[in-house]
This record gives sequence, structure tokens and C-alpha cells, in this order.
Amino acid sequence: MKNPLIKWPLRVIIWAIYGLLAAGIVWGVISLVRFKGPVYFVQSVIDGLRLGFVYALVALGYTMVYGIVRLINFAHGDVFMVGAFTSFYAISQYGWGFVPAIALAMAVCMLLNVVIERVAYKPLRDAPRIAALITAVGVSFFLEYFTALKWVFGPDFVSYKRPFEVVIWEIGGVRIPNITAIIMGVTIFLLLALQYIVRRTKIGKAMRATALDKPTARLMGINVDGVITLTFAIGAALGGAGGVLYAIAYPQIWTFMGIMPGLKAFTAAVLGGIGEITGAFIGSLLMGSIEVLVVSFLPTGSRLRDLIAFLVLIIVFLVKPTGIMGKVEVEKV
Amino acid sequence: MARRSRFPSWLSTLLIALGIYILVLVAQSMEWISTYWYNVIQLAGLTAISALGLNLIYGFNGQFSLGHIGFYAIGAYGSALITKDFVTPWSGNRVGALSWIIAGQVGVLVAMLVLRLLRVGALRKRLAAALQAEFKPYEVRLAVTVVSLVLVGIGVGVGVAVAWGLQKGLAAGLAGLARWPDALGQNMVFFIALLCGGTMAALVAYLIGLPLLRLSSDYFGIATLGFSVMIYTALQNSDQVIPTMKGARGMVGIPLWTTWTWVFAALVVVVVIMRNLIHSSYGRAIVSVREDEIASKTMGNDVAQLKAMAFAFGAFFAGVAGGLYAHLFGFLHPSTFNFVKGFDPLIIVVFGGLGSMTGTILGSAIFALIIEGLRVLLPQGFEDWRFVVYPIILLLIMLLRQKGLLGTTEWGWLRAPLPPAREIPVPERAVSAKPEEVG
Repeated sequence: MKNPLIKWPLRVIIWAIYGLLAAGIVWGVISLVRFKGPVYFVQSVIDGLRLGFVYALVALGYTMVYGIVRLINFAHGDVFMVGAFTSFYAISQYGWGFVPAIALAMAVCMLLNVVIERVAYKPLRDAPRIAALITAVGVSFFLEYFTALKWVFGPDFVSYKRPFEVVIWEIGGVRIPNITAIIMGVTIFLLLALQYIVRRTKIGKAMRATALDKPTARLMGINVDGVITLTFAIGAALGGAGGVLYAIAYPQIWTFMGIMPGLKAFTAAVLGGIGEITGAFIGSLLMGSIEVLVVSFLPTGSRLRDLIAFLVLIIVFLVKPTGIMGKVEVEKV
Repeated sequence: MARRSRFPSWLSTLLIALGIYILVLVAQSMEWISTYWYNVIQLAGLTAISALGLNLIYGFNGQFSLGHIGFYAIGAYGSALITKDFVTPWSGNRVGALSWIIAGQVGVLVAMLVLRLLRVGALRKRLAAALQAEFKPYEVRLAVTVVSLVLVGIGVGVGVAVAWGLQKGLAAGLAGLARWPDALGQNMVFFIALLCGGTMAALVAYLIGLPLLRLSSDYFGIATLGFSVMIYTALQNSDQVIPTMKGARGMVGIPLWTTWTWVFAALVVVVVIMRNLIHSSYGRAIVSVREDEIASKTMGNDVAQLKAMAFAFGAFFAGVAGGLYAHLFGFLHPSTFNFVKGFDPLIIVVFGGLGSMTGTILGSAIFALIIEGLRVLLPQGFEDWRFVVYPIILLLIMLLRQKGLLGTTEWGWLRAPLPPAREIPVPERAVSAKPEEVG
């Protein structure tokens, strides 16, 4: 290909194709914005981000647990549901405020997940990984159907009473309820707290070490079992808070509400690169936005949202097999 | 050396299998069991077929697939479309759906063949090598992508053209089926429909498997889980494309053609195919991928192709099982193929023992017994407890038997065949050195 007569036309063609692609993307975005007006577009993006922030809290629980024990904790979505129900009882039966309710939900979920970890996962730590996965599915079934019993939470949809009045602010036509602000605020606060724990404290260092190499961490005097339990507890606390926020945003709760958001959040964590806290956050925002944009802009979007969300996941995998932020592990012999 | 029993293992296996077959048949005709339990037994049998497919993918080839239920759904809906058309023609022609589905599959195969003949892979490599020296990597990548997209476009175009042409001929040729005597024509159509359901699932599996199987274990699991959710969502909206599939309302009017004989015959065929596959040189290559992919590659195995083929085989079994399911109850609803239900075959395979066909078959029977038995065992007023007790049993089993019921052991004819018997020549000296002569 030294011949400039071939090289330069080829190069021009290649750049023309790149240009067309870029123009196509720009045109797509512009036509999306113009389709129903910029206000509608911004509104959809903000609604999508709100959902994404809730997913982020749940996704963190998945990604932390996966990062440390390589277990897809399918029961996490149901811990999320327990969080929503706990706050529901605290708010409507005992008239608690928002902050104590969310704190209670986090505490209950923490306790629940620690019990689950001790009973169902810890005995299987040296077993094949699939055994723990199956018990996770079992725990998930148990939580769903046990709480669906009449004297627990009941099998029906329950309408969730928000602990505060909904105020809607209008900024240039875009309607932003205070729910959105609260969800984003709580999520960012918890995320920062988590980042502080993981990056700045001694226990965070122990967690990172355990995630990296368990036997070595044990040799360094780290209580690996304790760290794993703590990871489950932190993940559950975030998931519980996510459950409360989800119920506030979409105030219809029932005991099977955790399945789909749980799956989406886990997918978001994988999309961002599993084991990565930042990746889970970015993946969740992407997932939430895609979902809401699909619903707002496609004529039958509300029925196709899951299809498109997972299509995006598969396309990302084909381009980058370890997710957006995931590290590429080179397998060595 | 393993001892050879006088009683050949294939005979004992055959006798037991025949015994079970006849027992169920007799029990049903003598009305020892209700129709309900007869259906449960059939369901267990077809679940075993589907689970065997997953065992091939996950247990023997080591690819963690969570999307098995998607292939089951493809097989169910695909075969249901064919047979429903034959009974109550929804496409205007009794063999319309059949000819379309066969032609479509041939079209896909032709497209794949064209791509193989065009040597896309080699072309891509040569193009990349030629451009590498003078062009930047992202320019090379784009050029290669565009060229391969064009080639794929050519292949797809040829495939569509072939399918289009073939459909007309097939519709005319197959029209004879409708004139066959009822019983014969019905069984023939059912057989073809089951096969088509299986091959549809296998084709889809092969096509999505080739790119997705490059992913590492858990990522592949999530991608296939996503695939099964996509299938589920597509089925819910299927009425927008094919009205007779009725989308979220559920497809009705499928003839009830599945009998215990069909299920049993399909199970036997699947078991024979799978047992012989696994103990062939090809099967050993499949197992070697599970043990160590890099070592397998070093031994000269085309790992990507092996994985895709095992995936397609497993999906084929799931598709056949789905077809049997569709004609067992005559009603298909997308929620049957929800991803939560997709864990059932995985639970069966793990419970029975990964990499044990005997375990999978046994596991399916026990699974059906637990799920349906709890319905009977639980006292009045405690029906809601069924799915509370079931996960507890599941948990206990997993905690007590971490490698599954049977681990990787097989029973009877399913065990790895021994090398053919040889007369071992006895050395002269050994013959003369008889114990009594020593003293």
C-alpha cells in the first residue's frame, strides 16, 4: 500500500464513512430533540437519570459482592424489595419521617443480608461457584414467596404513601419534582460515603485487598470472612435505600417488585464493567436513560423497553467484552 | 482395568427404560394415575430433554448459559405455528407456515454458506495486514468492518432470495401432506414441526453463539440471560407481526398431539445422540474446552467452533422439548418462558450433577416430583407455602450435596464405553508357572 494513488483515495473514503457516521449520530440526536421539542427531550433525560440513580444504588450491591466473592447474588433484588416494605410499614403504620424510615430500611436489609450470607453462602465458599448461585436463586424464591404469604407482606400490590409532599418545580418548562432531587441527593451522598469507605478507611483497604487476592489477604492478617460479611452488609444497605427510593418514585409495591429492577441493575453493573464501582454508576445511568428514552420516543416503547435495554447490553459486549469500564484480563498459561 | 460385567450395560439400561415406558403407558390406560399426573410425567420427560441440552452446554462444554429458556420458547412457538397452521390454517394454506419456516432456515444456511465461501475471516485478516503498515488502527478497523458488513449483506441477500424462491416450491410440494390420511399426516407434520422447532433454536443459538461465546463465563451468562429477556419481550409483542401468536394474551388452538410415547421416544433419541456425541472424539474435544480452553486450543481444537456447535446442539434439544411442551397443553403464554423460569433447567442440571446425563434425567424426575408433590403433600390452607418449602429443600440439597446428586458419575449404558474386548495372549511362561507346580 505504498502507492499513493491507492492510499489517499482509500483514506478519503474511510474518513468519508467516519464523517457519515458522525453526521448520522448528530442527525439522530437532533431529530430526537426536535421530534417532540427540546423540553420533552430534557424531561425524558432527567426522568431517565432518576431511574438510573436508583439502579445505581442496587447495582453497587451486586458489583461489590461480585467483586469480592464472584457470586451473582440473585437475592439482592429481593433485599431491595424488603427495604421498600420496611419503609412502607415505618411510614404508614408508625408515621415515621423520610430519614428515619430510610435508615431503618437500610439497617433491616443489612441484617437480612448478613443472615443470608451466613446461612446460605458461607458454607458454600469452597464449593463450585454454581452451587452458591443456585442457593442465591433459592434464597430469592424464598424471600419472594415467603413475604407474599398473607400474614407477612401479602400477595397484593400495596400503594406506597410518600413521607413528604410532592412539590414540582418548573425550570424553563421542564418539570422536576422534589422526588428527583431527593433521589439524586441521597444516591450521591451514599455513593460518596461508599467511596470514602472503600478508598480512605482501613476496612476499605481490607476490602480491596480481599477482592484482589483472598489467600494473600488472609496471610496479611485480614479477617477475610468478616470483610465478606461487611461487603454483603454494605451492599444490602445501599440496596435497601434503593428500594425506598424506587418505591417513592413508583409508589406501587409488591413482593415481586425486586425481580426486574434487580435484573436491570445487575445488567447495568455488568454493562459498566462488573467489580467497578464507577462502572456500575455509569452503567446504571446509561441503563435508566435508555429505558426512559425508549419509552418516550418509540410508539410502542413501553412494551419494548426491556428488549432494547438488553440489545444495548449485547452490542456493548460485542464491542467491549468486559463492559464499559471493565479491565481486560489477559489469560495466561 | 475396569471390569466387564457379563450382563451388557446396554441391555439393563434398555430393559429399565422399556419398563418405565410400559409402566407409565399401562398406568395411564388402566387409569391408575389421573390425567394430571400423566401430564406431570410427560412434563418431567420433556424437561429432561431440555435440561440435557443445558447439561451439554454447561456441564460438558463449560459455557454458563442462562438463556436456555429462550431456545425452549423458540422451539415451542415455532412448532406450534406449523401444527396450528395444519389444523386450522391461519396463513391461508395448511402448509404455509411449514414452508415458510423451512425456507427461512434454508435461507439462513445458504447465507452462512455464502459467507463461508467468500472466506470472510481470511479476507478480513488479509485486508487488515495489508492496511496495517500505512493506516492508523482505527482506520483499519473501520475499513475491515465496512468490508465485512458488505460481505454479510451479500450473504444475507442471497439467503433471502433463496428463501423467497424456495417457499413457493415448498408450499406446492408439501401440499401433498394435507392429502395424507389423517393419522399419518398428523404424525408426520408433528415430527417435522418438532424437528423444525429444534433446528430453529439451533440456528439462532449458532448465530448468537459465534459472537457471544467469546465472552468470559459470567459475561456470557448475562448476555444469554439478556437474550432470554429479549425473546420474552418479543413474544409479548409477537401479535404485531404474526397475529395468530396473540402476544401477551397467549397462543391458543395448538393441537394436543404430545403423548407419552412421543416424549419417551424423543428422550431416547436425545439420550442416544448425546451419549454417542460425548464419547466420540468430537465430544472429548467439547469436554476439553470445559477443562482448559487454552490447552484445548493448543491441541489444535477450533475452540470457537466447538463452543458454538455444542451451544447449537444444546439449543436443539431445548427446541424439541419446547415443541413437545407446546403440544402437551395446547396453550402458550410468554410468561411460561420468563427468565425466572429459565432457572429451572439450570437447577435441575446442577442438582443432578454437572456433566452427568443420568443425574440430569433423575434430577428432572425429582424436580417434577418435588414441585408437584408439594401440591399434594401440603395441608389445606397451606397451598401458598409451596414455593416457600421448595427453595428450602433446594437450599438444603445444595448445602448437603455441593457437587449435585451424582457428581459426574454415569450409570449403565450412559457410562463411557470401554475399549473393545481383546484376547490378551498369555505368555508361555505364565501358563507353565501354575501355583501347584511351584511347591
